Amino acid sequence: MSATSAQKPTLLSIRNIAKTFGRNVVLRDVSLQIAEGEFLTILGESGSGKTTLLRIIAGFETATSGEVWMGTERLDQQPPYRRRVNTVFQNYALFPHLTVEQNVAYGLRVARRPDAEIEQRVTEALEKVKMTAHARKKPSKISGGQQQRVALARALVNRPNLLLLDEPLSALDANLRRQMQVELKSLQREVGIAFVFVTHDQEEAMVMSDRIALLRSGELEQVASPREIYSRPATAYVAQFIGHTNLLRGEVRDGVARCGSLSWRTSAADGPALFSLRPEHLRPSSVASNGTVRVTGKVLQQAFHGATSLVRVECAEGLVLVMRTSSGALAAQEVELEFSPDDAIPVRESPERA
Amino acid sequence: MFSRAYKTAVTVPPLAWVAVFLLFPYALMFCYSFWSVTPAQTIVHSWNFNNYKELLQKSVYWQTLLRSMWIAARVMLFSLLLGYPLAYFLSFYAGKRKDLLYQMVIIPLWVSYLVRAYAWKTILGSDGVLNTLLQYVHLTSHPLDFLLYSPFAVALTLTHIYTPFTILPIYASLEHISRNLVEASHDLGATPAQTFWKVIFPLSIPGVVAGATFAFLLSLGDFLAPLLLGGPSGIMISNIVVSLFGAAYNWPLGAAISLGMLVIVVSLLFFSERLEKKWSFS
Amino acid sequence: MILADSQQRRTAPRANWLRLHASAVFAFLYLPIAVLILYSFNGQGVGGFPPHHLTLDWYRILFADGAIWDAVLNSLQVALAAMIISLALGIPAALALDRVQFPGKALFRRLVLLPLILPGIITGLSLLMLFNLTSVKLSLLTIALGHGTALISVAATEVFAGLQKLDRAQEEASLDLGANYWQTFWRVTVPNLKLPIIGAALLIFTLSMDEIAVSFFLIGRDNTLPLEIWGRLRRGITPEINAVSTIIFVFSLLTIVFWYRLRLRSQGTPDVGMELLDPSDGTSTQATKP
Repeated sequence: MSATSAQKPTLLSIRNIAKTFGRNVVLRDVSLQIAEGEFLTILGESGSGKTTLLRIIAGFETATSGEVWMGTERLDQQPPYRRRVNTVFQNYALFPHLTVEQNVAYGLRVARRPDAEIEQRVTEALEKVKMTAHARKKPSKISGGQQQRVALARALVNRPNLLLLDEPLSALDANLRRQMQVELKSLQREVGIAFVFVTHDQEEAMVMSDRIALLRSGELEQVASPREIYSRPATAYVAQFIGHTNLLRGEVRDGVARCGSLSWRTSAADGPALFSLRPEHLRPSSVASNGTVRVTGKVLQQAFHGATSLVRVECAEGLVLVMRTSSGALAAQEVELEFSPDDAIPVRESPERA
Repeated sequence: MFSRAYKTAVTVPPLAWVAVFLLFPYALMFCYSFWSVTPAQTIVHSWNFNNYKELLQKSVYWQTLLRSMWIAARVMLFSLLLGYPLAYFLSFYAGKRKDLLYQMVIIPLWVSYLVRAYAWKTILGSDGVLNTLLQYVHLTSHPLDFLLYSPFAVALTLTHIYTPFTILPIYASLEHISRNLVEASHDLGATPAQTFWKVIFPLSIPGVVAGATFAFLLSLGDFLAPLLLGGPSGIMISNIVVSLFGAAYNWPLGAAISLGMLVIVVSLLFFSERLEKKWSFS
Repeated sequence: MILADSQQRRTAPRANWLRLHASAVFAFLYLPIAVLILYSFNGQGVGGFPPHHLTLDWYRILFADGAIWDAVLNSLQVALAAMIISLALGIPAALALDRVQFPGKALFRRLVLLPLILPGIITGLSLLMLFNLTSVKLSLLTIALGHGTALISVAATEVFAGLQKLDRAQEEASLDLGANYWQTFWRVTVPNLKLPIIGAALLIFTLSMDEIAVSFFLIGRDNTLPLEIWGRLRRGITPEINAVSTIIFVFSLLTIVFWYRLRLRSQGTPDVGMELLDPSDGTSTQATKP
């Protein structure tokens, strides 16, 4: 997946962007390439700077330093209304005094397109988001999900090179949200416009994106496809933020990792090391397997999650491991677990940042 | 959540007071307007339409009413022209000084009406500050006497007094406009000027209507500024009412005029309320 | 904020024109007041440029002027009485509007608010008719009744706005914990409405001190301060009136400063009087909730 985006030509190039508000550093030295037609998610906790980055691309904020380029054109010195970039706002920002139709037509009207063209494109856009029946209504008369569609149509009707979406699904309830995730993704495929999607929800990011850019305290931790970011997290923070993980702290010497009483062969460099081990890679040990790392412990707690359960197991020296199992409740208090050394992924430390 | 006794305790006293001191006096005024006064200056409780007939027949009442409305309309227009850009500046461009400047709009509201009207009298008079200043710098050799005792002086003073009343509601409605909408407009390619006319101004109309209504109605009923600064040509409708209740001693006719004003005020309020509703979208 | 900054830079000419306009409007609003104060020190009368012989004489004359001080005392009494009447009726009126459904509620709301926008003379002369009918002798008391009635609107609007922001759960918690309605009112409701009530009181006091149209009709033997000044204006003007105006202005300023210091301690409370003028607020004279 990461290969596909690398092959496509670059649409937008963010170079060494930094942003400070007074003494508060929001972004530091962020560089990111966005390929044509890709669905890129900027993922991060609140306060990570993800919305600020989006607003810099849109032109609502000015970066303290760094540049934004679209092809051969420098974007960051243009006012927002000259950029071929459109935004779907978090609360949609539909104009309350205009009807659905007039909202969608807004961008074309201010660009003084001919009436016939406006009518045709607005009709098409409303059809695409299935809002034709509500064209004459005011935004206050339609539901949140419908407002969301109108906001999309209003942005897409202008045929931007890039669509920015600022947590557009956060106001919807869980069911509608899942449905919109699917719809949004297929809409993106259909129109072929690059989407930059901002969210704090890692599950949403995994479901929708071609690539995820994980932002932490104003710095990019990792930019990769969902599969890669999950299976090969670069840092401890990434491993913990995306899904559940066990972090094993230890030391590598002569190609052997030691963590308490556990040890296994690894390709990681010598020195202090940190490994991420996903709960699903732990299993109750069986006689048949060999070459696995084994550890015994006591079941502390089981949490039922539907298809799977998460089991907390306390091992020697205070090590607590979380295992994912689909085999229902574990009867034994004492269990022996195993994992294969390949599944312990070496990750970088994520030091605290101011 | 609240008991019957609680509800009675908070409802009955104000209701009774309003009935006695507002509703009943208005009803009394209504009655008076159908009574008449004898040459011996006693009020006769005989019901007739004579007062209203007189109002319709004598052009002095009509002319004065029209002049009052004309002055009030000018005050409204000037207040909007002065107030809207200021409110817009405060809301969108004032930055850090926003709070301070906002307070500076409010302060004149706390300063005595009479004091401010008087200040204009001392400025506009024929030996007032403005005229003597103009002569001092040799711009004129004689005092300009059209400054004081004219409808212009009345309109100027009332504009000074009621401009803050128009600024505040306009500012409030501008502040209620989500800045997201402005960003969305820019995002969709609208220039700042297009954004102003297509988004900001339409959404501020409730404030404009409220401000315009305040300026118009408050100046329509004014009677001090005309007495102080108006001269004979600046007399307004309230001045006629005052004289009918004073020296001219014709309460019934005065009541009829007041009732007419009341009807004008209430219908304008009704009209502006409809207009505001039509333009609010929350 | 940040957006405003970046836009300010981008649309600099527009911002400059607006700034120029704003300065002109502020000059228009403040210049007369400045002139008034300046000429209260002018030895040569109320007009005449440039001012001559700066002096404190007018203040000396003013302080020796018994009639003015009697009028001040009268006005203070009237304002205090009006404040009590307006609050005593305006607070329950706001509570009734906020939490009681009764027939004629919409009419009641409109009636209460009407004196705010209605020409003062109509309120004044309709009350004059009432007092005339009931043979009540005109005095300071009738003026206080008039002011009190007209200014219920101010108390009701300010307190109603405060109630809208009050978390109803606080009162429910108080009732739940065993306090009765009376205790809840004094221990929870009123403390939460302290700022709107004080703000309304100050505004009512100031408006009453300055009121002239209603007083004009209800005046008995004793003058209020504005009527005393009014009488003198008609007899011919001296800078003594500038001096008394300056003193009124200084007291208005002190009231505002007092109010802002009070307000500073509880951030986010809108300005007193703002509720009266905010069109999007359901309580303004204009908007009336169905």
